[in-house]
Amino acid sequence: MRGLTFDIAHLLAGSLVLVSFLQLYQDRLYALLNIFALHALLLALSVAWQAYAQNAPHLYLTAAIALIFKAIVIPVALHRIIVRLGIHREIEKAVGVGTAMLLGIGLVALAMVVMLRVTAEADPLAREDLAFALSVVLLGLLMMVTRRNAVSQVVGFMSLENGLVLAATGAKGMPLVVEISVAFSILIAFIVVGIFLFRIRERFDTVDLHALDRRRGERP
Amino acid sequence: MNFDPLAAILLIPALAAALLAVLPGYGPTARLNVVAAFATFAVALSLFVTRPSPGLYLHVDDLNNVFIVLTTFVGFTTSVFSASYIRHELETGRLTSTFLRFYHAMYQLLMFAMNLALTANNIGLMWVAIELATLTTVLMVGIYRTHEALEAAWKYFILGSVGIALALFGTILVYMAARPVIGEGLDAMVWTTLAARAADFDPALLNVAFVFLLLGYGTKVGLAPLHAWLPDAHAEGPTPISAVLSGLLLNVALYALLRFKMLLALNPKAVAPGPLMVTMGLISLVFAAFMLYRRRDIKRMFAYSSIEHMGIIAFAFGMGGPLANFAGLLHMTMHSLTKSAIFFAVGHIAQAKGTQQIAHMGGLTATHPLLGWGLVLGVVAIAGLPPLGLFMSEFLVVTSTFAREPWLALVLVAGILIGVAALFLRLNAIAFGEPRGACAETKASYVPMFVHFALVFVAGIYMPPALVAWFQNVAKLLG
Repeated sequence: MRGLTFDIAHLLAGSLVLVSFLQLYQDRLYALLNIFALHALLLALSVAWQAYAQNAPHLYLTAAIALIFKAIVIPVALHRIIVRLGIHREIEKAVGVGTAMLLGIGLVALAMVVMLRVTAEADPLAREDLAFALSVVLLGLLMMVTRRNAVSQVVGFMSLENGLVLAATGAKGMPLVVEISVAFSILIAFIVVGIFLFRIRERFDTVDLHALDRRRGERP
Repeated sequence: MNFDPLAAILLIPALAAALLAVLPGYGPTARLNVVAAFATFAVALSLFVTRPSPGLYLHVDDLNNVFIVLTTFVGFTTSVFSASYIRHELETGRLTSTFLRFYHAMYQLLMFAMNLALTANNIGLMWVAIELATLTTVLMVGIYRTHEALEAAWKYFILGSVGIALALFGTILVYMAARPVIGEGLDAMVWTTLAARAADFDPALLNVAFVFLLLGYGTKVGLAPLHAWLPDAHAEGPTPISAVLSGLLLNVALYALLRFKMLLALNPKAVAPGPLMVTMGLISLVFAAFMLYRRRDIKRMFAYSSIEHMGIIAFAFGMGGPLANFAGLLHMTMHSLTKSAIFFAVGHIAQAKGTQQIAHMGGLTATHPLLGWGLVLGVVAIAGLPPLGLFMSEFLVVTSTFAREPWLALVLVAGILIGVAALFLRLNAIAFGEPRGACAETKASYVPMFVHFALVFVAGIYMPPALVAWFQNVAKLLG
């Protein structure tokens, strides 16, 4: 039983990393949102499995939040924003797909080397989870850096937060305070971003952040 | 019912925020803002006398007491400045009355978040509080809704969120390190318990955790190369917010970093966190000093000066030891007071001139003597000239470094001097010479600014022995 528990947790967390890679090369916003929904769904499954494995019922709540809020509500809402703003065209990327994938592989390798080495003492389940979580966090970061479009930066940020939730649930017995706060912060962050998107639209008729970069720090 | 000062310094701003969100009108709300800020400060002072015993969520000790009193004091003086600043913004139509309610509510919410971050006895709660403070300031920076303000707020939001996210990962790792020793559950996130048992934690995990915390909270401190949000956020938001950002929020993030550094210092096998902080501090200092030369926007210039000083402070704490820690604490206090006072002056100057461009300012000491000389005094203070308070703290940092690492001290002194030269170059153009640019009358509030300068001046000449003893005690705690 121990072996199966571990294998399933491993499988789910590993798929999360894989889906992070899928996000990296999406060049249409709709597709990106669908992949993000899949990302959140996998997170929900992974958290639920941790809840079962650790016998920690409060984690089911975290899984439910991930499922309802991140896998359903946010993608639908972002979808509507995109329709409303008419920006479903291709996403402008700062670096090409090949480079982004290579960088991603490098980051995952880095995460594995760092986390597996320092957590040699911890139990294997938490260990693998933490290494995968760091990979997801770094890939989310990479996505935020390589995208110029506001919506895809937000998606990158949310997948980064998914990695954090994975890490928090992997740490056995971590108080619920943190999980709820993470979920809650995403809510706030989303509202903020929503407001920003509409304001950006209102003023410049685009959500391409390139248009915001005119000033580059200093007015002439 | 007995009076709990700890609950009061959180409840007063929270209630005030709720009230200010619904009350209309300018005069009464601005006054309520000031009164609430003053009440919080008064209660914070009482913490010196009666100190509640640490709970699972909140606590007060010698270290955060200093920060709480400083935060609530500057919060109070800034609210006085803000009252006259915002009146002008309403008159000129830059802010509408809808946004006024929002602004005041956010101001108190920010005070609440900072007080919560400082009093939190729980690493998770502290993280939540700093995230709340970040989000409120993001909203305030974007309040003018101009192109530049939105760009600044967006940049701040994205960089701040990434920093906060990395800090959470570090927080989780600290919990992972504490769990085998303390056991599962809330206890393993409580500062007082963590500090007591830190020696038994897994050093490798703590090391990695600190790297994430340094990158995460370091972004909020504004340490180079993670500082990119800071100049924009300072330049585009309302000036009271620039004052609070520079004077207080950077300190709060630094406080979080210091707490974790203490944890590492208590573990003999963990890597010494000092060199990392020293490196980032020096890079910030030298980088910001050079950047000062190319500034054309007055608020942006003083934002870079904040990066420079946060670099010095991080450097001092990184060096460690009783003397350097003492110098770091003193420098932090003096910098908060001086920089917020400078922003008070700059806010009124920008209103009088109708611009933030240095090129359109000149001869201020002739046209607006009080503001002009106030700014001169502020720059003299921030440059660290004797006999003001910053001279003493910088002197202590430099001498304690010379005694231990002469080569580092050379870089430190070079950075400070380069920064000072740049500041005086610009000051000369702004304060002296032929009057340039528009020249409107201002109904400025000079009291907060000169109170701050008076405190900095007095501290440079005479430090009360009780305060010195207090700081020495805290410096020892920091290790």
